[in-house]
Amino acid sequence: MTLSRRARWILGIVSAAVLAFIYVPLVVVVVNSFNSSKVFSWPPTSFTLEWWQKAATNEGVRSALVTSIKAATGATIIAILLGVMISFAVSRFRFFGRETISFVVILPIALPGIITGIALNSAFNTVLVPLGVSFGLFTVILGHATFCIVVVFNNVLARLRRTGSSLEEAAMDLGAGPFQTFRDVTFPSVRSALVAGALLAFALSFDEIVVTSFTAGPGIETLPQWIFNNLFRPNQGPIINAVAAALLVAFILPVYLAMRMSDGPGRVPQVPDRSGRT
Amino acid sequence: MASSSTPTATDPSGGPSRSVSRYLYRHPRVRLAGLLTAPLLWLVVLYLGSLAIMVVAAFWSTDSFTGQLIKEPTLDNFTTLFSNEVYRNVALRTLGIAVAVTVIDMVLAVPLAFMAAKVVRSRRVRYAIVIAVTMPLWAGYLVKGYAMQTMFINNGVIDWMLAPFGLKGPGLGLLATVLSLAYLWLPYMVLPVYAGLERLPDSLLEASADLGASAGQTFRGVILPLLVPSLVAGSIFTFALTLGDYIMVKIVGGTTQMWANIIYDNVGVANNLPLAAAAAIFPIVVIIGYLLAVRRTGALENL
Repeated sequence: MTLSRRARWILGIVSAAVLAFIYVPLVVVVVNSFNSSKVFSWPPTSFTLEWWQKAATNEGVRSALVTSIKAATGATIIAILLGVMISFAVSRFRFFGRETISFVVILPIALPGIITGIALNSAFNTVLVPLGVSFGLFTVILGHATFCIVVVFNNVLARLRRTGSSLEEAAMDLGAGPFQTFRDVTFPSVRSALVAGALLAFALSFDEIVVTSFTAGPGIETLPQWIFNNLFRPNQGPIINAVAAALLVAFILPVYLAMRMSDGPGRVPQVPDRSGRT
Repeated sequence: MASSSTPTATDPSGGPSRSVSRYLYRHPRVRLAGLLTAPLLWLVVLYLGSLAIMVVAAFWSTDSFTGQLIKEPTLDNFTTLFSNEVYRNVALRTLGIAVAVTVIDMVLAVPLAFMAAKVVRSRRVRYAIVIAVTMPLWAGYLVKGYAMQTMFINNGVIDWMLAPFGLKGPGLGLLATVLSLAYLWLPYMVLPVYAGLERLPDSLLEASADLGASAGQTFRGVILPLLVPSLVAGSIFTFALTLGDYIMVKIVGGTTQMWANIIYDNVGVANNLPLAAAAAIFPIVVIIGYLLAVRRTGALENL
């Protein structure tokens, strides 16, 4: 659009201000993780690596990190299995209620986490506890998987719709059975969408706190929970800050990769929303 | 005929797997059932079932003495939530916060998205802006919460920035909560608005300019009306996410309470699941009502 020079400048300055609003707080966290002060203070006075070192060797941080990775890995695996199954069913078959399925898949993430959390909590209490499965890491994995299915589903479904089924039909015409067709034709064509969905599912699970707090058993503490619990404890500020800065750096790379690997609308990169749709 | 349909010893893919393959190929319903049984058991039976139980539980009550559930239908929970002034105030405050967050995000998102979609000519810069907005979505909720706390806390970054002007920041409280939630959900507003602007043909803007409209007139008369579905799509996120949030207000809100805190406290501390379930129905009703109201604008296709 043709704008006057002045309008251009104003728009540019406003845009830069909005981007600053997004990034200044994050930069502050990273910068302050090197601040040698023992309590929160700004601006930083002198440089230290003490807090990064303390965070790296902190027992609570380590065990929470391990718990988070286990939970996210488990949830991602289940989400991949279920998400792929649903996306194949929706894209390759016609059946009653097909349109409703997408809605049901999105619901666990569209509703507030506290509602999904309470619902899952009572479901586990009525279904799993009588079976002898008590609340623990396993229930966290089940809870996370429930809302992670949607990102795998959306990514794989978009790819399946785009590629169509003609290649598969060709493979079968040439004598390949369903299993061979899947292994040699279908799977390679959805692989990168699957990886993108899996990375997003992992990130989603890794960041979750609300559903975790309703599905975790005693003694199970994920990294977000560790941060939240320590936010209100005295003298933990600098370590939290270092953990937050580390997470910030650790999150950026996989998400960037996921955005590059999933289906973008051509010119612009894929812009996943909360449910990973584009 | 017989030789082509029965697997022979020379068949490279082997006998049993061939016959399974053939069976599956001829029975698409079996394939479909195999694909859908496990996911539907999970999502429909486990998840939707437990949501339904939660809605039913909203009509139960607890024995105030033993704390045990009394599974007899009653409207007491809703009466409590409607008649108690504290709850009413929290509900109104939460709706107010949701509206304020939505408006702030719209005001911030439109210029940035417009800059990226219509003003910047270089594809690379456009790409960079979209990535820059998208990345923080995944930076971690608590990391961003902590970041906002360092901004608003007493003697924090905002106080430091305002000090040269002799001013002081708002500190932790209601304003910090509104701004922090607006900060958290901003990408959800920028992305649909950007997508909406991308779809808007440049020729429309040129036509408007050719007919003598100033940039401001074009914006008000052409761009904004066409952007309504995208704005509404973004507002679904900002609105729904705000209604369900209880953590950010604990981090930056001081003593401020939001609606979801009522839900959380009644599940945890007070151990009154029926009241919590009844309280949980408020955001569900507002969100579903909002979705139904905006369906006409075509916003749901813009999500």
